[in-house]
Amino acid sequence: MKIEILGIGCAKCKMLYENAQAAVKEVGLDVEVIKVEDMGKITDYGVMLTPALVIDGEVKTSGKIPSAEEIKKWLE
Amino acid sequence: MKEKNKFLFMATALLACFYLPVELLPFRNPIFEALALVRWYAREHVLLCLIPAFFIAGAISVFISQSAVIKYFGAKANKFLAYSVASISGTILAVCSCTVLPLFSGIYKRGAGLGPATAFLYSGPAINVLAVIMTARILGWQLGLARAIGAIVFSVVIGLLMHVIFIKEERARQATGDLVIGDTKEIRSLLQNGLYFASMVGFLVFANWTRPEENTGLWALIYSIKWYISLGFIVLIIIMLIRWFKKDEVSNWTSASWTFAKQIMPLLFAGVLVAGLLLGRPGQEGLIPSEIIARAVGGNSFLANFFASIVGAFMYFATLTEIPILQGLIGAGMGKGPALALLLAGPALSLPNMLIIRGVIGTKKTVVYVSLVVIMATISGIIFGVITGGLK
Repeated sequence: MKIEILGIGCAKCKMLYENAQAAVKEVGLDVEVIKVEDMGKITDYGVMLTPALVIDGEVKTSGKIPSAEEIKKWLE
Repeated sequence: MKEKNKFLFMATALLACFYLPVELLPFRNPIFEALALVRWYAREHVLLCLIPAFFIAGAISVFISQSAVIKYFGAKANKFLAYSVASISGTILAVCSCTVLPLFSGIYKRGAGLGPATAFLYSGPAINVLAVIMTARILGWQLGLARAIGAIVFSVVIGLLMHVIFIKEERARQATGDLVIGDTKEIRSLLQNGLYFASMVGFLVFANWTRPEENTGLWALIYSIKWYISLGFIVLIIIMLIRWFKKDEVSNWTSASWTFAKQIMPLLFAGVLVAGLLLGRPGQEGLIPSEIIARAVGGNSFLANFFASIVGAFMYFATLTEIPILQGLIGAGMGKGPALALLLAGPALSLPNMLIIRGVIGTKKTVVYVSLVVIMATISGIIFGVITGGLK
């Protein structure tokens, strides 16, 4: 499983990254959390509102910061 | 607890600025000027204007469904609507400067194309709600209004020109799939949202009502009861919050507003300090002699407007810092026309963001875009200068 955090490095993107890491830690699965800061790649996902959360290539949210609890639900 | 400490630190710093004993300084100019300007901002602009503006910006980012706006930028969207929405949606979408570029890239590559994308890129930073409120408050409502209108009108013109200039490539280009739009359902009705935002803007307007010159008439009457009106709006806001909003929405709102404050306040105050040091307060002189500024950008000549546009286009302004800098420049003798030219070319462009734009649309289009912005800003500066009687 792979989580990607899309965003060009603003404060909101960092918050989402931290939430995702917290969620992964709590679930205890072997999940990789990667930051994607390249604009071209972000656009390739069709995302325009950053930060966005992508799990295994599927855009889960965009323009919002879901809490660690919400992210956990998608991981299970 | 970390956030709480940050908040306490910021509140203390603000309080210190508010009571800054600048008169005790044995030396005057330009450090005196810098500190006096900081105190003036802390006293006159932070409590009643900047903080409510943060709450409005926070509310926009949390309560308004941004997806509902983005659907107008899709590949199959009506072109007329796409341009119109692109030119004004900066108020809603671009409260944070880092959101402008992904949107631009998305509209260009997968959505409505180069024209609407450039229109959005240009107007976004200039008409975001914080920028308009602060420009009107500190530099006067004429400049605030001219900035908003200029940005909207010229964004459409620039967008259309870009589309026409590169029409061949635009036709050959195939959109690579549509945008991901996401959830567009609204929790409250448009009327409820409208009333809520109107109350916040109402508070902002009346709390900052300035004393009119005559002591009679409607304006003076409003001035004398402005606190009751402002309080009325606050009561309205509280009632609406209790009746229409869920608890977690309210806490999201507060945290979004706080995020803006954290992001913008330190930069703004640094900008104020630097502007005060270099340019002084209106009527006073900083490190840079007023004479030089008046010669470069005084009056309303073509050269003054052009110079202001070029400088604005290449210089990087952190969110809102263009305002104290411009205030210093105007105080030192900059004309109203060149001031608008700088406001229109400045926040929309900077060397770092030109590089990112170049990565998205290529060198040729970037050069054309930058030139268009500089030309448009120069022309609108001259027009504004003539209207406000800056022609000398």
